[in-house]
Amino acid sequence: MAEVIYSDVSCRYPGSDKLAVDHLNLEVPDGSFMVLVGPSGSGKTTALRLLAGLEELSDGRIELDGRDVSGVESRDRDIAMVFQNYALYPNKTVGENIGFALKMHGVARDEREKRAREVARMLDIEELLDRKPRQLSGGQRQRVAMGRAIVRRPKAFLMDEPLSNLDAKLRVQTRVQIAELQRSLETTTVYVTHDQGEAMTLGDRVAVLKDGTLQQYAPPRDLYDEPVNAFVAGFIGLPQMNLIRLGVENGAVRLGGQTIRLPDRLASAVGERQAREIIVGVRPEHVSIANGSDQREGDGDGIPGEVVLVESLGADSYVHATIEGSETSFVARTEGYDARKPGTNIRLRIDPERIYAFDAETEERLGAKPAHERPAPEQPATAAS
Amino acid sequence: MATVAERAGPASADVKPARPRRSLRQRLGGVAWGTVAWFAAIIFFFPVFWMVLTSFKPESAAYTNPPKFVFNPTLDEYHQVFSAGMGPFLVNSAIATVVSVLLVLALATPAAYALSMRPIERWRDALFFFISTKMLPVVAAIVPIYLAVRDIGMLDSIPTLIVLYTAMNLPIAVWMMRSFFLEVPSEILEAARIDGATLRRELIEVVLPTVAPGLAATALICAIFSWNEFFFALNLTSIRAATMPVFLVGFVTSEGLYWAKLAAAATLASVPVLIAGWIAQRQLVRGLSMGAIK
Repeated sequence: MAEVIYSDVSCRYPGSDKLAVDHLNLEVPDGSFMVLVGPSGSGKTTALRLLAGLEELSDGRIELDGRDVSGVESRDRDIAMVFQNYALYPNKTVGENIGFALKMHGVARDEREKRAREVARMLDIEELLDRKPRQLSGGQRQRVAMGRAIVRRPKAFLMDEPLSNLDAKLRVQTRVQIAELQRSLETTTVYVTHDQGEAMTLGDRVAVLKDGTLQQYAPPRDLYDEPVNAFVAGFIGLPQMNLIRLGVENGAVRLGGQTIRLPDRLASAVGERQAREIIVGVRPEHVSIANGSDQREGDGDGIPGEVVLVESLGADSYVHATIEGSETSFVARTEGYDARKPGTNIRLRIDPERIYAFDAETEERLGAKPAHERPAPEQPATAAS
Repeated sequence: MATVAERAGPASADVKPARPRRSLRQRLGGVAWGTVAWFAAIIFFFPVFWMVLTSFKPESAAYTNPPKFVFNPTLDEYHQVFSAGMGPFLVNSAIATVVSVLLVLALATPAAYALSMRPIERWRDALFFFISTKMLPVVAAIVPIYLAVRDIGMLDSIPTLIVLYTAMNLPIAVWMMRSFFLEVPSEILEAARIDGATLRRELIEVVLPTVAPGLAATALICAIFSWNEFFFALNLTSIRAATMPVFLVGFVTSEGLYWAKLAAAATLASVPVLIAGWIAQRQLVRGLSMGAIK
């Protein structure tokens, strides 16, 4: 168990002008689960490989359990890694794969086999110990890769998109197992994924990266509710937040011919910047469809739009609609099965208190609420209520 | 009224899965290509078949017009080949082949590893240098080689052949082994490093077992080249170090060719390589196709 600290870490690949990781500062508390998330090319895998010692630092320092490991070989860092393609040794059995690290560290054969068997039992792969990797399914290989990491009892687990090669159902199941395993082992874990859903469900804290730069490092709930910029706001959340550039005048914006007054704190933040244009963001669950929406323009209130697609997912539906007078499309969440057809005229209502505003140039969030003013997380209903 | 079961049709156990229908054109095409393949196989195999067949003929029936396919088989020619003193030639070939192949593998493997896993800046030039040594015809180099070997007193000695066969096969082995090393996924090597393996353990525990089919394929090809090598053996050996190809050519005399004896000797000379190839065939196919499939 160990704390991981990235101090002003940078990495530039030979022959490249761009930094793959740009002055990264992160602290992963001992025993916690930290997720590095971002789109392709964001530097998340590079950051993980720097911790593993598989890439060279151009600048900065990495500490593991209080020790500077910046120039230390991978084999001497006491870490274990699960690779995206599992990287199992093809000529060795499952038992030999799991026990390989112990063999490299001089553990006696009997002890190796005993520990490999224990780990295999924990992962429910004990009957596979004599098989070779090519005889295993994807899910089984993934568990062997996990077993190889667990058996070593390292200071930190590093996982590089270990679920990306699994089918959707298996991914969800295995995600739960990984979370449970990490909680029981209490080993510091650094996990890389491009899937923001995985990041939100697994991480105690999530670091969002873009172009090698850290955008925000916070618990999942804070990333969702209090994104620091438009990139984080758009990246976190599925479907992504509706983001649209709008002109602002006198504390209000116009969309589809309708005036939307910004809440006071947003209006004053916009006013302070003297901004003429902002990026307005609102999550699909805060966009509703007005009743009687088949009425023609001018009837009822709300932003006029036309349905282009309805995604019915069972418990919820997501209605994609283009806003009248623009090419922008908005997504609204509705409950249950939504029977609207493409081409239907609707009117969208936005909860103004749920609007986010971002600077049109820097994309920084405007008018964020101070911590004490943020709404408390909803508590589950009790039997008495 | 029909029951649901009747309407549903016959039970699934009675229904055979439908085979995809091939058109007449596809079937005729298959037959045509099959015929071509058989024809090609027969053409390639026929000389070997004829050699083995001739080895069981008496000398008088070995070279007739028209050729004889029906005859009284005999082992007399094999007896005569053994009586002609084939043993030492076989031993010389075996020693020269086995030792040169081991040397080639010992030298080519680390060279190929370096050129694939940790390449120098001018690795292309290094590879080209290796293969350029094969571009010079051996016959152009035989005179200086002969003079050099003579001057150091190493004519008619097996170590000379070993050195020459090693030098002859090394470029091919480096090229082949490099392509096999390139197939080893880098993540496996990284995993080994993270698991605590040193460079030596990485090579022994992970890399070499992974490229074992490639090693077998390289070894077999080098063994075939060494075993069948004739020109150096003919020019640089005479009594003590002569190899099987030199022994075979002894049946080509001024009085003519002893076809049956030659066929018997050639068959015997082919057997060790055939056995090695048979044993290693699975590794050979895997090794030679390792680079082809991703």
